[in-house]
Amino acid sequence: MSTFVYMTRCDGCGHCVDICPSDIMHIDENIRRAKNIEPNFCWECYSCVKACPNHAIDVRGYADFAPMGHSVRVRREEEKGTISWKIKFRNGTTKDFVSPITTKPWGKFIPKLADGEKPNQGEINSQRLYTEPEGLNIDGELPVVPKDSFKKGVYY
Amino acid sequence: MLETNPFSILAETVSPFAMQSFIIAMILLIAFGTIIQMIHHKNLTYFLNNAKKAKLQATREIGTGERVSILAKTAVVDIGTTSELGFGKRRLSHVLGMYGTIIFWVSSAMLVFCYTGADKSSSTIWSMLWHAGAILTCIGGYWFWFFLRVDVSAEAHPWYRIIKADLFVLALLACSTFGLAWSYAQFNGQVGLSFLFLTLFVTANLVLFGGVYWSKFAHMFYKPGAAIQKNLAEADGSRDNLPPPADAPEQFGLGIKREEPKHY
Repeated sequence: MSTFVYMTRCDGCGHCVDICPSDIMHIDENIRRAKNIEPNFCWECYSCVKACPNHAIDVRGYADFAPMGHSVRVRREEEKGTISWKIKFRNGTTKDFVSPITTKPWGKFIPKLADGEKPNQGEINSQRLYTEPEGLNIDGELPVVPKDSFKKGVYY
Repeated sequence: MLETNPFSILAETVSPFAMQSFIIAMILLIAFGTIIQMIHHKNLTYFLNNAKKAKLQATREIGTGERVSILAKTAVVDIGTTSELGFGKRRLSHVLGMYGTIIFWVSSAMLVFCYTGADKSSSTIWSMLWHAGAILTCIGGYWFWFFLRVDVSAEAHPWYRIIKADLFVLALLACSTFGLAWSYAQFNGQVGLSFLFLTLFVTANLVLFGGVYWSKFAHMFYKPGAAIQKNLAEADGSRDNLPPPADAPEQFGLGIKREEPKHY
């Protein structure tokens, strides 16, 4: 299922064009409103739905939790730091959820690798990853699970 | 030049009746194009269906007083200041273009019907408004055309790429620009240039008003309707199935501000 645009609501601002990770939200050549040019490539990430300031984009939701006759809509309120969902089932049941926005601003929490110390050959050959173990908030060695505690054979 | 009625100078060669007939023909073209578009696109059906759906999903009745107040607020805020465009350059450019165009059209009609002809007086105010309207339209329109179009600023298409959606804005800009150029050339007695710009001005008007069916012209009728429907839906609780505004629990704090769509 993919996104679609309510043309009377859209004002062609381009927020969805900018945010779409699949680059499939584009501006229509006839009416200069947003449109999904390749619905098959939409993975329903809801980025454009949340970004749209006019709530002009909707998604036909997943059949498992919202079958035909349903509605799944979202309202993102930056000034309050909230994101609200309303799920409406086809039997009329509605569910409302409110959550905090947890998105971090662009580039704010990216480590400055170029300013860090150069790793020596021993660290490069080690199986540890960058900033381990201190990055995991662990003092000393990484925890080890003894091999004899593993069960034998295939298990789930 | 700004205080001169360009139509009264034109009246020496073209009869005021012909000019008045041209304006009436343009109004008829708008009505005809909009009605044909409405039949073909089924816009009215869409709005009526939406209204029916909203009524079924409404959680509360809206009284007449509240309805009038919502309509008034929509007219002043949503329509009068195009609030759906948020705060920024797009809204400012749209407001400039919108009021410029309205002033330009109203003053054109006033000048042609009331102040053009042998026995008619002149009006400095309406002449100045005509020029001011054209200038405002040019400022808002060219700003939008060169810098604010999303397919140029966000999709990285070149500014000279023209698509069907540009028919309205380009015809509008051509009207205002050639109108001003014609007024200037005529005021300075440049007969050849004046005739050229008048021809282009008339052609631009024919394209603008004759192309209503193909262009975005009718958005100025549909957008107010959509704004009214949106505000009524918010008030009656149907909200187009959107969740209600959050009650902002304190611990959530300020979310991040979205950035302007300019990452290309």
